[in-house]
Order: sequence, then C-alpha cells, then structure tokens
Amino acid sequence: MTLFDYIADRWDRLALQSWLHVSEVVQSTLLAAVLGVLIGVAVYRSPVGSAVATGLASTILTIPSFALLGLLIPVFGLGPTPAVVALVLYALLPITRNTIVGLAGVDPAVTDAAKGIGMGRLAVLTRVELRLAWPAILAGMRVATQMLMGIAVIAAYAKGPGLGGEVFSGLTRAGSANATNQALAGTLGVVVLALLLEGVYFFIARFTVSRGIRG
Amino acid sequence: MTSDSTDSAVSGVEIQLEGVTKRYPGSAEPAVKDVTMTIPAGQIVVLVGPSGCGKTTTMRMINRLIEPTSGRITIGGEDALELDDVRLRRKIGYAIQQAGLFPHFTVAQNIAVVPGLLGWDKKRIAERVDELMDLVGLDASQFRDRYPRQLSGGQQQRVGVARALAADPPVLLMDEPFGAVDPITRGNLQDELLRLQADLGKTIVFVTHDFDEAVKLGDRIAVLGEASTIQQYDTPEAILANPANDMVAGFVGAGASLKQLTLLRVRDVDYPDLALTADVGESPSELRARLARAGDTYALLVDRRRRPQRWVHVRNLSAATSLANIGRPVGDTVSTQSTLQDALEAILAEGGRAVVTGTRGEYVGMIDIETVTGVLAQLREEHESAGDAGDAGDGVDGDGTDAADGDGHGGDAGRAGVARGDAARDGAGRADGGVDGDAGAAADSGAGTS
Repeated sequence: MTLFDYIADRWDRLALQSWLHVSEVVQSTLLAAVLGVLIGVAVYRSPVGSAVATGLASTILTIPSFALLGLLIPVFGLGPTPAVVALVLYALLPITRNTIVGLAGVDPAVTDAAKGIGMGRLAVLTRVELRLAWPAILAGMRVATQMLMGIAVIAAYAKGPGLGGEVFSGLTRAGSANATNQALAGTLGVVVLALLLEGVYFFIARFTVSRGIRG
Repeated sequence: MTSDSTDSAVSGVEIQLEGVTKRYPGSAEPAVKDVTMTIPAGQIVVLVGPSGCGKTTTMRMINRLIEPTSGRITIGGEDALELDDVRLRRKIGYAIQQAGLFPHFTVAQNIAVVPGLLGWDKKRIAERVDELMDLVGLDASQFRDRYPRQLSGGQQQRVGVARALAADPPVLLMDEPFGAVDPITRGNLQDELLRLQADLGKTIVFVTHDFDEAVKLGDRIAVLGEASTIQQYDTPEAILANPANDMVAGFVGAGASLKQLTLLRVRDVDYPDLALTADVGESPSELRARLARAGDTYALLVDRRRRPQRWVHVRNLSAATSLANIGRPVGDTVSTQSTLQDALEAILAEGGRAVVTGTRGEYVGMIDIETVTGVLAQLREEHESAGDAGDAGDGVDGDGTDAADGDGHGGDAGRAGVARGDAARDGAGRADGGVDGDAGAAADSGAGTS
C-alpha cells in the first residue's frame, strides 16, 4: 500500500484528526493570546515586571514538552486538558514578549497626544496602544501557532486529540504493515496544516493591520 | 501682530495660574515653583526659557497631564482642578512637537478624534474635518484618506493643529509644535498660525526655547528661569527694549536690536521727506536751479505716477539736454508696510538711505540709519521709564539687585543707544545678502551666550 492509497483509505479518520489538531492549536493560541496580552498590558509599563514576565515565560519554554506533559498528567489526568494546558503555557512566551515589545515600542509622543486631546486611559490603550502593537502581537501569535503545531503532536502522549495519535501509533508499530505510512501521514498532515494556518495569518494581517503602519 | 489679534473676534478665555507648584516625590527642589500669571483671553502667550526650566511642565499642568502639587488654575473662571481631567482636556486643544499623529489613522480620522469623543454625529464630523483641512491649508479631497507617514513634516504639523482645533476649543496648548521642521517650513507654519489666530482669537499658550519664535508669535512673552520662575512677562517690544535682568538679557541674546526691528514697520516711524523730486519731463537747467536754491546735490527723478526712477547728481545736469536717460537707477526701495529690518537692509545696500514708497509704489519719503537708531533709542527710553514707574510688578521677581541693575542702564541711556546702533550695523553688515539670514545668525550667537 502506497502512502497515497493509505491516505485515501483512511481519509475520514485523518480528516477528523486534522480538524481536531487544528482546533486544539487554534483554541490554545487564542487562549494564550488573551492571557498573553493581559499579562503584557499589566507589566509593560514596569521594566521589572516586563523582565519577570518574559523570564518566566522563557523558563516554561525550556522545559521539554515530554517532561511538562508528564508533570501535568497527575494533575489533570489524561485527555485534552493537560494537552491544552501545556500548549497554552508554551504559546505564552512569544505572545507575551511580543505584546510587551509592541506596547513599549509605541511612540510616547503619540500616547501623550492621545491623553492630551482627551482620551481616557482605556481609550488610549484600546484605540491607540494595542492598535499600534497589534502587528507585533499578531507576529507573536503566528510564531506560537507554528510552534504549537509540532508540540501538539507530542501532546498525544497524554492522549491529547489530533494527528499526534497517528504519528505515535505509527512509530510504536514500526515494522508492521502500514506503520511507516501512518507515521508519515500524520507528520505530513501537520506540515500541510501549518502551511494553511500560515496563509490564514497572512490574510488576518492584511485585513486587521492599518495601512498606515503596514511595513 | 498685537494689532492683528486685537481687531479679531476673541473666542478664547482667560487662564489664571495662582501659586502653581509641582514637586516630584524624592526631589528636594520643586520642578515648578509658585508660578502666578494671567494669560489674557484671545492672546498668544509664549513661555520661553532654557531646556529643563519647567516651561513644558507648567503648560502641561493647565490641561492636567501633570497634576499640580499646590496652587490654583482657572480657565475662563472655572477651576480646572475641580473638573474631570479627561473632560477638561477635550475642551483644550493640544498640539505637540512632531505632531504626535496617530499613525494607524488617516488624516480625517486623526482630526475627527475629539469630535468623536464628544459624540458628534457623523455628518457634522465629516463637515468639520473638511472645514479644518481647508483652514490649515490642506486640500481635503487630496489628503483626507492619507496616512501620516505619507505626509511631509510640515503637513503633519498642519494636521496636528487641525486636530487640536477640531472641537473649537477656546484654549490651545502648543508645546514646541514647530520644533522638528526645517526653518523655511517653520516660518510658513508660524505665519499661518498668526493668520489663523487673527480669525479665531483663541487663547494660546505656546512653549518654545527659540526666542525668535517667541518674538514673532507672542502677544506677550514670559521668560522663565529655573523652576519656571517668571523672569519677565511682557510684550516682545518691552522685553527686547528693556530686559528685566541678566538672565533675560542673556536669553534675548546679542541681536536684540535687530529682533526689535522685525517688530516695527516703516509706517510706524517718522521718516523725513528729504529728497528733492523732479519729474522726468522737467528741463535739466530748471532742476539745477532748484537744486542750487535748496543747497542740495542730488535729486530723485520720478515718473508720472510719482514712482521713483533714478538718482541724478548736480554734475550730471550740466551736460544733459533731457532728464530722460541720465543718473543712477534707484535700487532697493522699502514700502511703508516693510519691517524696519527690511528697511535697514535697503539702507545698507543703498549706501546710507533708502527710498520709501507708498501703497501704489509712489515716492513718500526717505529713511536713513539715523531714523532707525533714533527709533530704537526712543523705544528703549520709553520702556525704561515704564519700568522705573514700577511696571515690574507683572509677576517679575523684582529683587533688589535686578532693580539696581536696571537703573544703572537707565542712567547711561545715551551711551547704550549708541552702542546698540553699532551692534545693529555690525550685525547687518555681516549678512549683507539677506536680512532674514542675518536674524538667524544673530539668534544663534544669542543662544550661544545664554
């Protein structure tokens, strides 16, 4: 059986797993984006706070994903929960760091003008600062998404959903029929999905970043 | 400029600062110490002083971007410290260096921010945006949908001013708004601000470290020293003629007399009708007889509409049969609208005196170097006697040493006048090619000394 025959044969299951994989990654990224932006907004004015937040997020990233999942299983059990928790934690670093960098990079003259003409604190943040930091935040989300596509495969170790199951079961059954096809199909699926999401990000940037600040 | 704004409709309101102090925690000396001043409605008041003197801090306390530690600020009789600070700022125009435009908004969106915050409806906002762009000299159809980065520095600054004026606030705060543009654009923007102000009559508080800009724009100038203490608060004419103390004198710089000349126009001074004029149709012998009677050696030939044409010397007349082609053409002339600085330039170029022409180009008189130095000496005397009469109470900290200093100068007014005349001649001689350029050079040297 060739790889293509294998994919055609198992299309229904692969499509479902692909969908679950993407859904898991996208939801984790969104959750991390909400948390990361909130953390970034909370700390960007204080150099110490920024350093602590970035440092903590970096530390999380240095933990091997296998180890982190292993540590989370006793707490959350098996299934999607430990997988999503791990993914969100990993996605926090690029998003938080880019939010801090983006907000700190806003020209002080612009925020001063915004305050000076009568925008309240919240309006300055939502209408000016976050709008100007948005390209950086979006770039952070994009990096996070790419990273999570790979890490979500490992999350199958904790019985997380997605294409990781294919890869793992293919590898453990190495030598038996279709084992290579199964592992390959899973891996290729992840690559293809990552490229698709990359395209999605391109269009999101196109439609949400003001022409006045597009590079 | 004073006369320009007095006959305009005043839409501004008076601002009063009473004992306003700003003390930052952890620093022994206050950043702004006990400032008391009244900013009259509808006037441009320029706060000028060296970097770090607290002039920007003082201005930012008016719209409470910085909260005063103590003191009272009233705007049009209302206590600014009692109001909600965000609402207060919507009623005060604010323009800053490099414009501070929102880069992600179009020009129209930038201008529309404050009306939007005030809840105007869309149609009214759109009309107001077009009106303002027209007011600041930007073609609405061309620039409305551009982004700030697609504009030149000068255009951005215009948008900044339009944004500050958007909700028609009675008060405008401007913090070195023209600091970051090239000198030519800056000059144009200053001219336009004066033109706008002549129509609008806002109360404008303008912060700059450039004394020339202060002289050009200010109805009144407050020269600030350390911790924003007011060294002198008066009209530009008075400050130039009679600096209250050494610090102000240093800040005014070496070119004070030349700067004063930019504030005066030929029509404001008495220029004598010295020249003997002759129509080109007159016969040479007749003119020679008239010159002899008047004891003069030169005559000014004028055409039928009495426009100056050529100078003829009595020597040229003896051989001539007609006045049509003899003599030396008249070079630079000055009109009654010209500033005395332009007049001085023409006097120097013409070798001692220049022809003054009226509104239709007709000969009205002559102006010479004595007229110019005389006016300066007279101005200085006027302002000095005003100062002696106790006018120093304008918030100037008239401590003993400064007053004594002033008297010392007063006693020697004659000598000082002569010295200044020399300075004017030296200064103008240096530039020779352009009076404007010279003022800049004088300003530079002035900044150096301060």
